[in-house]
Amino acid sequence: MEIPYTVQNRPDTGLYNAKLGIWLFLASEVMLFGGLFSAYILLRVSQPPGGWPHGWLDVRLGTVNTLLLALSAITTLLAWAACKVREFGKFKFFHACTILLALTFLGIKSYEYHDKWIHYEIQLANGKIADGHLIEKSADFDLAKITGTVTLHGREVENHVELMDLRSPAAQSAKLDEMTIPASDIKKMENYGPRHNTFTAIYFTLTGLHALHIFGGTLVIFYLWGPGSKLYKTDPERFTNRIEVSGLFWHFVDLVWIFLFPVLYLT
Amino acid sequence: MIFRPEPQATKMSLKAFHLIFVTLLTALSFGCAAWAFSAGKNFWGAMGIVAGIFVIVYGVYFLKKLKRISYL
Repeated sequence: MEIPYTVQNRPDTGLYNAKLGIWLFLASEVMLFGGLFSAYILLRVSQPPGGWPHGWLDVRLGTVNTLLLALSAITTLLAWAACKVREFGKFKFFHACTILLALTFLGIKSYEYHDKWIHYEIQLANGKIADGHLIEKSADFDLAKITGTVTLHGREVENHVELMDLRSPAAQSAKLDEMTIPASDIKKMENYGPRHNTFTAIYFTLTGLHALHIFGGTLVIFYLWGPGSKLYKTDPERFTNRIEVSGLFWHFVDLVWIFLFPVLYLT
Repeated sequence: MIFRPEPQATKMSLKAFHLIFVTLLTALSFGCAAWAFSAGKNFWGAMGIVAGIFVIVYGVYFLKKLKRISYL
């Protein structure tokens, strides 16, 4: 049995079926990300003045990731164009570039996540707050048993508000030191994970979902680059359409990042 | 029932989507430049403008290069 309209266009829609399918899927994706962006806006405007963090993310890493995704959009398009003009070697090259760019993006994103995961805010018994990156926990460190010490590279502040705007002149000029804190001095210790505050919750949700899309897209592109490319030999037109469909998905994911980057990193 | 002729088939193509992507990337580049200037980072602001111009040049080049590949 032959699957209809994999190459030919349906007369009523004017599209081959896979293209119609991916656009319907992308429409549902717009609703998914649109809902989360709306949540971000509502959460942000409902914060009291000074309650929303600024400068918590590394703009340089975000910029590099933006460049990587922009380049990957170009290589995806070139891979499709190479298929269109029946240059299989070029297709292989451009799609390999897309995969490498995507993996680099995920690597950088993992590094950013790790950086947040080892960043701790510690409420001290004297009412001050120690904030910084974890260097080490002593072998016997246990908050429940009140044993051991934890060492951070960061600073101590009087008030939580001082940690909210890291672009402020005071935060920029703050001196970071190594601090060793005994468990007996710790009232509460929490890393900058999703449950730290509203910003980290929406940041991890939005970027995590986006990273999952990048990962899924990379798997599909890898399949089409590797074992799936056998179809090119028997039905090049259908294979080219598959590349176009995967390219449409990839462009959508890149487009989401174009909105995520300024919203999360620059504002 | 009257069906549309074949040339309509190339609509909603990757080429058209890429053009939207390039347009938004241009807006992002100039937006980043404005952000950098407002934050007093003039070098990065200038880089943002250069990036925006580069993306526009690429967009024009891309349209010319892929003229024969498909309609928008």
